[in-house]
Amino acid sequence: MKTWMRILAGATALVIGAGAVAPVAAQQPNTQFIGITGYRVGPYGANGAAFFGGFIDYLNLVNERDGGVNGVKLSWEECETEYNNAKGVECYERLKTRAGTGPTAIHPMSTGITYALMEKAPTDKIPLITFGYGRTDATDGRVFPWVFPLMSNYWDAATGIVKFIGDKEGGDAKLKGKKIALLYHDSAYGKEPIPVLEAEATKLGFELKTIPVPHPGNEQQSQWLQIRQYKPDWVILWGWGVMTATALQTAQKTGYPREKMVGNWWAGSEIDTVAAGPAATGYYAASLNLAGKSYPVTKDVESIVYKKANKGSKAELVGTVLWNRGVAAAMFTVEAVRTAQAKFGKKPLTGEQVRWGIENLDLNAAKLKSLGFDTMLPPLKLSCEDHGGSGQVRFQQWDGKEWKSASDWMKGDTVLVRKMIEESAAKYATEKGIKAGCLPG
Amino acid sequence: MLYREAGQFRTSYAADQQLLPIRQDRILMAVLLAVAFVGVPLFASDYWLTALLTPFLVFALAALGLNILTGYAGQLSLGTAAFMAVGAFAAYNFQLRVPGMPILGSFVLGGLTAAVVGVAFGLPSLRIKGFYLAVATLAAQFFIPWLLVKVPWFTNNSSSGVITSQPIVILGYVFDTPGSKYLLVLAIVALMALAAKNLVRSRIGRAWMAVRDMDVAAEVIGIRIMRTKLIAFAVSSFYCGVAGALYAYAYLGSVEPDGFNLDLSFRILFMIIIGGVGSILGSFLGAAFITLLPIFLDVLLVDGALALGLNLPSGATSMVQLVVFGALIIFFLIVEPHGLARLWQIGKEKLRLWPFPY
Amino acid sequence: MQFFFEVLIGGLLAGVMYSLVALGFVLIYKASGVFNFAQGAMVFFAALTFVGVQEKTGLPFWAVLPITLAVMVLLGILTERIVLRPLVNQPQITLFMATIGLAFFIEGLAQLIWGTEVRRLDLGIQDEPIAVMMDNFDMMVSSFDVTAAVVAGVLVAVLAVFFNKTRIGRALRAVADDHQAALAVGIPLKQIWAIVWSVAGFVALVAGLLWGARNGVQFALTFVALKALPVLILGGFESILGAIVGGLIIGAAEKLAEVYLGPMVGGGIEGWFAYMLALLFLLVRPEGLFGERRIDRV
Repeated sequence: MKTWMRILAGATALVIGAGAVAPVAAQQPNTQFIGITGYRVGPYGANGAAFFGGFIDYLNLVNERDGGVNGVKLSWEECETEYNNAKGVECYERLKTRAGTGPTAIHPMSTGITYALMEKAPTDKIPLITFGYGRTDATDGRVFPWVFPLMSNYWDAATGIVKFIGDKEGGDAKLKGKKIALLYHDSAYGKEPIPVLEAEATKLGFELKTIPVPHPGNEQQSQWLQIRQYKPDWVILWGWGVMTATALQTAQKTGYPREKMVGNWWAGSEIDTVAAGPAATGYYAASLNLAGKSYPVTKDVESIVYKKANKGSKAELVGTVLWNRGVAAAMFTVEAVRTAQAKFGKKPLTGEQVRWGIENLDLNAAKLKSLGFDTMLPPLKLSCEDHGGSGQVRFQQWDGKEWKSASDWMKGDTVLVRKMIEESAAKYATEKGIKAGCLPG
Repeated sequence: MLYREAGQFRTSYAADQQLLPIRQDRILMAVLLAVAFVGVPLFASDYWLTALLTPFLVFALAALGLNILTGYAGQLSLGTAAFMAVGAFAAYNFQLRVPGMPILGSFVLGGLTAAVVGVAFGLPSLRIKGFYLAVATLAAQFFIPWLLVKVPWFTNNSSSGVITSQPIVILGYVFDTPGSKYLLVLAIVALMALAAKNLVRSRIGRAWMAVRDMDVAAEVIGIRIMRTKLIAFAVSSFYCGVAGALYAYAYLGSVEPDGFNLDLSFRILFMIIIGGVGSILGSFLGAAFITLLPIFLDVLLVDGALALGLNLPSGATSMVQLVVFGALIIFFLIVEPHGLARLWQIGKEKLRLWPFPY
Repeated sequence: MQFFFEVLIGGLLAGVMYSLVALGFVLIYKASGVFNFAQGAMVFFAALTFVGVQEKTGLPFWAVLPITLAVMVLLGILTERIVLRPLVNQPQITLFMATIGLAFFIEGLAQLIWGTEVRRLDLGIQDEPIAVMMDNFDMMVSSFDVTAAVVAGVLVAVLAVFFNKTRIGRALRAVADDHQAALAVGIPLKQIWAIVWSVAGFVALVAGLLWGARNGVQFALTFVALKALPVLILGGFESILGAIVGGLIIGAAEKLAEVYLGPMVGGGIEGWFAYMLALLFLLVRPEGLFGERRIDRV
């Protein structure tokens, strides 16, 4: 018995060694292959499941409804990163080997993985799309030609939140002498808004107190007691994962009004508010995209992908903030391919060609409407200098059941943000010896 | 038949003491080294080199470090990743702040810094034993990344806390291709493994084992417990520190303190448990197993589902992977608690008698 | 001063929540010498099963509780049968690693069955400041925390009665004292272990419900184990009383440190402070506050 088990164990070990040697995936030729580095397990698995669910649902929609992009079908493979940098790199390397054209464009969906891939992308000629995360100064495309922090970055969010608070107080001038606390996840991600908020504090004359929450943030008694003692007029919540729900819950416990709390877009999904229950009611969050199912594209996904083709990922997720964000992210990739096809021809394109497509992406209001994204997203136009393309945010408020729009699309202090981005990018360029400039089309 | 040492006589102490006393072993090792140094760089694809072999070697080195501490000196540690972080960040800072610092010098200094930190966190081991010590080493695991995040100097004031490693240049040659990085890591790991193999046979190695087996008895026969334990912490942390530096420089290219988390420490602990506690070979086998297993499961489940035409609900593969990973760990522990190295040893015993066992 | 007491009370109540998780570790370690790292996963599994069953069947709280408990008992028995029994007499570290493997297994299984979505668990207890305390002393004490503390107190009392007054309890203590001797006098070791794992499953369920009601039922529940570890080393691995006292000390000290020392060094020190405190404490008493002192003989 024991011997046989031993042999079995040895054999298993050998098979694992040999099996990992020969990764071959079934690939359809002549398709635009899209590599997906996703995560559905671990502490952020719920976030990943919603985002990548929407992402894949939209890819399915393009295939089922339009027969691909100008006749070029899409194919994809998802690799589980567990939100772990090392595994993310392995996934990226694996997806790189697939198909002749490479993985099109990667959405790392993790700031850590973004950083790890940023050095590799230029050599491999694979563009990275970081939709609302990643390295903020990569918005300067002259220094970071291969990275696209699409739409708005963290500094846009931070200044946007300050603007929103100013509006609520009745104008930026009223911010003078006010107290704002920043409650942040104590990590690279959480520290991102501090410099820009400090600059805003000096400029507008409000007082800023930064309070870190150690990972994972499932106990915040002491942080909220500090807030209770400080008595800020507003609390900006820069949370991720369980931290957001706990913050809302502890705010209720310490009697801090949720109507005075503004989160960023990673602290503003149903995942956070549902977990917090009634404690979340009244809480604001900056958003990159609106929630809801009323958009034509959502209706298409429901009728074509879910009903007709029965390929939907999970019906409960449809219309949630992160699902919509996944749909939008997939749409960016698809439209970048379409833009690039106009120049390079209607065939599967390489990463280099798609990069050109992203950089020349122009999603004006009419285009968004024709795609069925009417009001979900603001118009977006990229250029070599500006790899973001919009810089706008919109605020939503949780009414206890769903996210409701609470403002129009708005911009923060774009001048300040741009100045800081260029300074930071220039510093990076000198450190790395990069000669800033646009890549030729 | 093939693997029999009959007729191989040792006529000198040197021959008796050599690392691989059996000729077949020497041949096997020579072939293995030839394949690793020549064959692999010639034939392996970039995916293999960057995503499998380089991390395998880096993890093997870290596992070696932990094995010295846990396997040989018997001090259970859950802070391996923290010591790797110290190595990585120290190497980065030496390279950044000391002009003209050779990269290998940075690696060594990174390792030495980790050794110093390791000794500091090893001090409680003089009083605390077993699981109390294991949980106490978690203090290092949580404190060090916190410190690296909090003091901007360590990350050269990077607002995000992420450091990007400098290019690896040795004597004017730039190691920037997957193949060259692999070779560099391989050379370092091979040298350090050789050193470890010899170290554990030396006086200090035997002292470690005496302390591991029974510290009171070791003390009675005149082994200085404090010195022995602290040396184990220092050497182990040195190995982990160098592994951390390689992890940053040759594997990922950019690291953040949060990347060196408890999960990584557990992964490395898994490697030595599955590979074999108290075995140099085991560190390598375990590292290979734990590095390859998730990839294998991923490939198997994704491709397997495709081949069978199954439409698994998205996300289910990730969960199944986790379940199978956990189950396999338990299975291996039950079947062979002494690890793959022991399995290999049993195999060799059988091979000696094959095809005529008693 | 009033703020100091507020922090102190908040910390003590938070500490009770840590103790709840630590109790599960203590039970298993006491009876079988296994450092069960899967306790965090069990907390997650219990809470997720509870919410999942509630969602699927729509049954009331009191009906779902026994169902979940049955699942936890089953899990405990299977763990004993499949994982621990074949590993009898292995070194502690091997058993420890096996429980980490078990943790992966349980986490994967739980999410495979119930999905990864974050769920709300409503116990009907408001997590709001108690008005009386607020009005009279301007002190913020949460009604939820007080309830949790009462639950923990009842749980400890029940466990104490169970251990001291029942037949099984006496057998348990005998096993904890000396496996061999217990076996020799005819105590069925395997059954006892299965019972201990089931009781640990029950404790995990209670902890899961309370933590889940507060943070939402999600994967991050597994992290509560990390909060319990310093409590364990401080209190001693074998002592139920130690888990409670350790929890109170850790909770209060960590909150006070974060509020008063944190701002001086940039904050966020809670993550490691508890471990450092426990470590310093161990230097004085290497077996924890109430742990069993071992005497080494050659």
